[in-house]
Amino acid sequence: MELTINGTTRQIDEGTTIAALVLAQAATTEGVAVAVDGEIVHRASWDGVLTGGQVVELITAMQGG
Amino acid sequence: MDDAPSTPGMDDATVGMDDVPFTIAGIDLPSRLILGTGGAPSLDVLDAAIRASRTGMCTVSMRRVDPSTAGSVLDVLTARGVRILPNTAGCRGAREAVLTAKLAREALNTDWVKLEVVADEHTLLPDPFELLDAAEQLVAAGFVVLPYTNDDPVLARRLQQVGCAAVMPLGAPIGSGLGIRNPHNIELIVAEARVPVIVDAGIGTASDAALAMELGCDGVLLASAVTRAQQPALMAEAMAAAVTAGRLAQRAGRIPRREHARASSPTTGMAVL
Repeated sequence: MELTINGTTRQIDEGTTIAALVLAQAATTEGVAVAVDGEIVHRASWDGVLTGGQVVELITAMQGG
Repeated sequence: MDDAPSTPGMDDATVGMDDVPFTIAGIDLPSRLILGTGGAPSLDVLDAAIRASRTGMCTVSMRRVDPSTAGSVLDVLTARGVRILPNTAGCRGAREAVLTAKLAREALNTDWVKLEVVADEHTLLPDPFELLDAAEQLVAAGFVVLPYTNDDPVLARRLQQVGCAAVMPLGAPIGSGLGIRNPHNIELIVAEARVPVIVDAGIGTASDAALAMELGCDGVLLASAVTRAQQPALMAEAMAAAVTAGRLAQRAGRIPRREHARASSPTTGMAVL
């Protein structure tokens, strides 16, 4: 299925959970936050399965003033 | 001018150590210097600067995960044991800033936020209307809000009224290194503040940080002055010393400025030669 992940269109497997996507992209679940279609998804709900067409933002801390 | 005899057991190094703690929202911070992590050429350079600064709190920005990035600023900060203060840098409106703060809370498990809502990319000056709106929303959502604000006493007052835990007026635009352009406004903000006042942005070198403290500020937040210095760790140590010196001088009470000279040696008892 096709999703938009951090602004880029990507194909991912059906049934992929948010937690799995986070691990694949960030290599860790620490220090990461997720928004799906503009809504924050709390860590406790990361076992939820993504669906095609969703817009996913994966955010973490970077150097910054 | 002789010094008074020193108190037994109290040498020069301890005379200023009876200061009140630097406290934000009930949390004591070990240093009045807060270090931004932006602009450092590498994580190793940043780590050395953090150590040299002896800061207890560092800011980070919230950005998209980049799978190609090696190492994490979070690892550096966690290893140093400093408190992490996420910012909302780059946000141009209240809605975006509030959402960014909430993402930061989710990612970093902190409800502290350095709130930045800037008007445009050219000046990076705070947008006062969006800033106040975002501050009010975030306070209502339970955040400890530390707003980066203009050096405007009225806006600082309004930010306190909506419940901000500190006010952080700029000395000069972000990254400009122009120092404190309007010391009088900073003094006005300090004079009526009921929360800590932290000069944030514009610091270029150690004397700027010392001046901020001499004006009565409770702390200084700076990034570029250290991270973009030729030797960041050396400048970090200078900033730590400057903040300490400025604080001591402010507590000590400076002499009034005078138009004319005033002799410090006795004017009587001169030999007739």
